[in-house]
Amino acid sequence: MKSFKAYLTGFIFSIVLTVIAFGLLHFHIKSGHVVPPHELMVPLLILLAVAQLFIQLVFFLHLGQEEKPRWNSVAFAFAAFVVLVIVGGSLWIMNNIDHGQNDLSEIYPTGEITPQGQDD
Amino acid sequence: MPAHAGENVTFGFWVYLMSDCVLFAALFATYAVLQGATFGGPTAYDLFDLPFVFVETMLLLTSSFTMGLAVIAAREARVGKTWPSGPERRLLLLLAVTLFLGLAFLGMEVYEFWHLIAAGEGPTRSAFLSAFFTLVGTHGLHVALGAIWMCVVGAHIWFNGITTGAVRKLTILSLFWHFLDVIWICIFTFVYLFGGLAL
Repeated sequence: MKSFKAYLTGFIFSIVLTVIAFGLLHFHIKSGHVVPPHELMVPLLILLAVAQLFIQLVFFLHLGQEEKPRWNSVAFAFAAFVVLVIVGGSLWIMNNIDHGQNDLSEIYPTGEITPQGQDD
Repeated sequence: MPAHAGENVTFGFWVYLMSDCVLFAALFATYAVLQGATFGGPTAYDLFDLPFVFVETMLLLTSSFTMGLAVIAAREARVGKTWPSGPERRLLLLLAVTLFLGLAFLGMEVYEFWHLIAAGEGPTRSAFLSAFFTLVGTHGLHVALGAIWMCVVGAHIWFNGITTGAVRKLTILSLFWHFLDVIWICIFTFVYLFGGLAL
């Protein structure tokens, strides 16, 4: 019966967190992207997602509840690290890729690719 | 089978799930990078219907819960003996409910995809839509495989009863099903809710 309680707790928490996340966005859009403030929405939604992931991993996937040595948790930690490198690294590099390029608008201020003032 | 074999099978499957995490991470990274590359086409904000996604999420969350209940029902049954039909029937009923919810989720997703493609907003429209269809489609494919697997395990229990092997199969299947739920949480947050923010 103990595990039934765990599943029920996990289920109720995940439903509540989902309703909060969708509800927040609903009010945000209804209020014309003002309430809750636009810059606050991203951290809020990420926080809700992380809480939700934590609930699911603990109550449904029983992470960290196995006997020692905790190989499941070790494998999970490694996977989490790889996921962080892939997603974080991709975003970091792709968002900074412009910095390595020559700024074409400085070379061709009129926006034309063909250089001006050349003899035919 | 040796006593520890069951644990080893479960751990091996767990390692597979972790590698699947990495697969999804690559798809999420692709989506995050290409999100703005709409090529003059519709953005995430234009396309996604939030109440529709909310219902999809509820279906999958509930199916995860009923799957957990099925595992409990299997563990409660006396393993390796002849059973009264009680726990077996309860287990099969819970599996059927889980399957139904999973298929309903899948049906909604297929409807969404079909709707987008019919409106000319298929994966060929823009890099954003290619990334979207790949990410959400891969998750959908996993759910479809899980549904087939559930039928196989259900048939196994139907014909052979709740044996030790059946409990192990069900445990692994439940890990897979909960894992898909975890991936879906990331999808509905980073694809649909962030899309609704119109970043």
